[in-house]
Amino acid sequence: MSAHSHAAHDDVVHDPAAAGHGTFRGYVTGFVLSVILTAIPFWLVMGHVIEDTALNVFLIMGLGVVQIFVHMIYFLHMNTRSEGGWTILALIFTIVLVLITLIGSIWVMYHLNVNMMPMSVHDMRNMP
Amino acid sequence: MFSNLDLQKLIFGRLTLESIPYHEPILVVTFIAVALGGIVVLGAVTYFRLWGYLWREWITSIDHKKIGIMYVILALVMLLRGFSDAIMMRLQQAISFGDAVGYLPPHHYDQIFTAHGVIMIFFMAMPFITGLMNYVVPLQIGARDVAFPFLNNFSFWMTVSGAVLVMISLFVGEFSQTGWLAYPPLSETAYSPGVGVDYYIWALQVAGVGTTLSGINLIATIVKMRAPGMTMMRMPVFSWTALCTNILIVATFPILTATLVLLSLDRYVGTNFFTNDLGGNPMMYVNLIWIWGHPEVYILVLPAFGVYSEVVSTFCGKRLFGYASMVYATVVIAILSYLVWLHHFFTMGSGASVNSFFGITTMIISIPTGAKIFNWLFTMYRGRIRFEVPMMWAVGFMFTFVIGGMTGVLLAVPPADFVLHNSLFLIAHFHNVIIGGVVFGVMAGMTYWFPKAFGFKLDPFWGKMSFWFWLIGFYFAFMPLYVLGLMGVTRRLSHFDDASLQIWFVIAAFGAFLILLGILSTLIQIAVSIMRREELADLTGDPWDARTLEWSTSSPPPAYNFAFTPVVHDLDAWHDMKQRGYKRPLEGFRPIHMPKNTGAGFILAGISLVIGFALIWHIWWLAALGMVALFVVAIGHTFNYRRDFHIPVEDVVQTEEQRTRLLAGQA
Amino acid sequence: MASMNTNTATADESVSFYVTEEEHPEGSTMLGFWLYLMSDCLIFAVLFATYAVVGRNYAAGPSPADLFDLPTVAANTAMLLFSSITYGFAMLAMEENKLRATVVWMIVTALFGLAFLGLELQEFAHLIHEGAGPTRSAFLSAFFTLVGTHGLHVTMGLVWMVTLMFQLRRHGLIAENRRRLMCLSMFWHFLDVVWIGVFSFVYLVSVLP
Repeated sequence: MSAHSHAAHDDVVHDPAAAGHGTFRGYVTGFVLSVILTAIPFWLVMGHVIEDTALNVFLIMGLGVVQIFVHMIYFLHMNTRSEGGWTILALIFTIVLVLITLIGSIWVMYHLNVNMMPMSVHDMRNMP
Repeated sequence: MFSNLDLQKLIFGRLTLESIPYHEPILVVTFIAVALGGIVVLGAVTYFRLWGYLWREWITSIDHKKIGIMYVILALVMLLRGFSDAIMMRLQQAISFGDAVGYLPPHHYDQIFTAHGVIMIFFMAMPFITGLMNYVVPLQIGARDVAFPFLNNFSFWMTVSGAVLVMISLFVGEFSQTGWLAYPPLSETAYSPGVGVDYYIWALQVAGVGTTLSGINLIATIVKMRAPGMTMMRMPVFSWTALCTNILIVATFPILTATLVLLSLDRYVGTNFFTNDLGGNPMMYVNLIWIWGHPEVYILVLPAFGVYSEVVSTFCGKRLFGYASMVYATVVIAILSYLVWLHHFFTMGSGASVNSFFGITTMIISIPTGAKIFNWLFTMYRGRIRFEVPMMWAVGFMFTFVIGGMTGVLLAVPPADFVLHNSLFLIAHFHNVIIGGVVFGVMAGMTYWFPKAFGFKLDPFWGKMSFWFWLIGFYFAFMPLYVLGLMGVTRRLSHFDDASLQIWFVIAAFGAFLILLGILSTLIQIAVSIMRREELADLTGDPWDARTLEWSTSSPPPAYNFAFTPVVHDLDAWHDMKQRGYKRPLEGFRPIHMPKNTGAGFILAGISLVIGFALIWHIWWLAALGMVALFVVAIGHTFNYRRDFHIPVEDVVQTEEQRTRLLAGQA
Repeated sequence: MASMNTNTATADESVSFYVTEEEHPEGSTMLGFWLYLMSDCLIFAVLFATYAVVGRNYAAGPSPADLFDLPTVAANTAMLLFSSITYGFAMLAMEENKLRATVVWMIVTALFGLAFLGLELQEFAHLIHEGAGPTRSAFLSAFFTLVGTHGLHVTMGLVWMVTLMFQLRRHGLIAENRRRLMCLSMFWHFLDVVWIGVFSFVYLVSVLP
């Protein structure tokens, strides 16, 4: 990057930065996809469409994850080049930690709750 | 309308005259000493008319070098407070057996061990490493300042505000009695209705904002502001450890923030996150706080590892052995630190599957650290070792930390931990790694970079005295605790029935006394060094014949650090420059673009301090007013678009010519 | 990486160790703000984790199925989603140097944001009125805190938006203001991303049998 283009641009959005450059089509596409991905889970729950809770959870969370991707790409203009790759690296690292926090806490607390649930005297006497 | 009592509560919240501990002789004496000392200091500053100078040159400074120095000063001051707590505990535990109850009642003792932990971790160790990173990193990467200089100033003053809140608790009200992590249900309103836990919460929340912002600042600095040619793998190891540390800070302090918010909601609003009833789960607090807590200890130790890498390579006259593996080891440690947290509560009943997983990950994380130790040793092998004071600290670290690491691996075995959890063995382990690792590291770093910051070295004799007192004192203070822990003695006790334990505690108290001499030696060292500064002067900027870019500048460096941004061609950039016959540029200087000083950070931190105090004492009107003021000042500050200036070329020329003359005088 | 303005000097073997040209370092604001957003993700992670762990602790009180009005949540979600695209239009106007259009779209965004907050505050008031306030049970504590923290962020975003509108009026679309608009853009979209998690996990999943 030469000194000239720097002076001209006045150090604004130089590379496709984290905010990046959107297009009208991009925003509308993202919007339409988001509407669809929002409408489906609401319909599933409000319309009592599927009986099985586990399947419902899977679908709702799954569609949510997809919609997050849509927002990342169309609204936040996530790409691998921004800030020399540091933007997406930071995002991936954060996602990993968020998953560790969520899954780790749920796993640990579930075990604690099960093991440490109060027992009756009778049950305690019958422990191995 | 209002009865007198209601009006008093409205204005003063729960603050009353009874909140001031007139009846505690230790506190009264302390207060008198502090007040006298304060009067002397403030009086001297006034007498010598230094207020203007202090405000312009230090308080409002956005220069990373000055901010770094101020962080270290804060750390040293808080070391004195934190260590006083330690001496008091050692003394109590050395005498309180059977019928003898010692001089500290339990509620006082509990505040002391809580304050000791909180201060040492949050207001001594963290500011110390932050200060070193702040000072050194921009210089090492060839930059003129950090990425966000105003935020840097703001972060520092927020840390100070947190420290001030803790100090105020000594004389107004009381501090928390829950231990440094404030586990519920003890820390809930039902069991700690007083102000202690609230002091704890707000001190940490205020300081935490500063720390998190500082983390963002240093990551952006290292990622974006390296000199041309300094690829990531040509960066000095200290800057690598700084990068990983600050990534850990940004990625983990929010967890502490959020968890303390939940606790404060329980206390202020009556929510039920961690209460015993209405669905609360106190163990969730323990879980969350340790998800923060474990990465926190790596935040403390990684910069120390960075210091050792610089010190060992400099004083062995060799490139660091295994640079790439050092970098990978650091990154791996940072990532793995998120997978071990449950080892802090193996005994809480999560069961064999969960315990095994975390036991194994805990053992795995010792491996990259071991790799680092080998790298340092291989650097020393066949090096031309100079036992300057920083190198002594480094060698002391190597075997002391390894012992602590080994006891850590021992504790990582869940069945062993079932015996040793919360015993004095644990206390010995973590002091072993924190003192042997972090404290020795910051002492080495301070000694190593002192001449860069001030233009003269620290007196070596008193440095060696300090080192030997610390080293020997540490072993006397903590080896007995390993023994006691294995015998089953629990932590945080102020009284013991079994008099046969006393001898161990007496030995430990002797060790604490030696460490006290070590700290006093450091204070004497600073005083003596200032008096002898002409003799100890560093006139070349490179007193140790070192290898990284900060040593290419004068001591101290000019405000702008580098008249021309350096271009880097290899690892150990300064060493490379010296090898290749680098000539310092003597002309062609230009005006240098620099940020302006500002008082906004100090003011915002001051307002935060007031808000914290108001929330602690339930002075709601003051808290509300403070929040409004905070918004007004913060938003008002954003309307200031003129935050920079240019250092005129004549000033640059003058500074550089001055250095040229100094260097010529040395030739 | 900093700019690569090296000055390879005259002779082949002499290599330069310093930059002599005018220096224009890249700004760090965008990366710095992104890092702040990552730290904010972790705050929400804690709040989501807490909701996951204590979210079924009703303490013999009302459960999500008893309390949540899904049509309102759908309306809320729509408000936020619309505000996201209108802010996107504001950014497009900024790229085209159209100050007035930028501000107009920001006002529209703020109105949607206010609508979102209004509906949410109404929901909270109603719950509290029904005796289902944050102190009733751990589930409700977690609910109010998670949703409330998101709402607080939206509020801060609106304050920022208004402030920025004043600053645009005073200084126009200068570089500094563009940076601020882009940071607010990241912030605003990030809040919508968090909301996806909220409506999916807190509202929809919780009311399932």
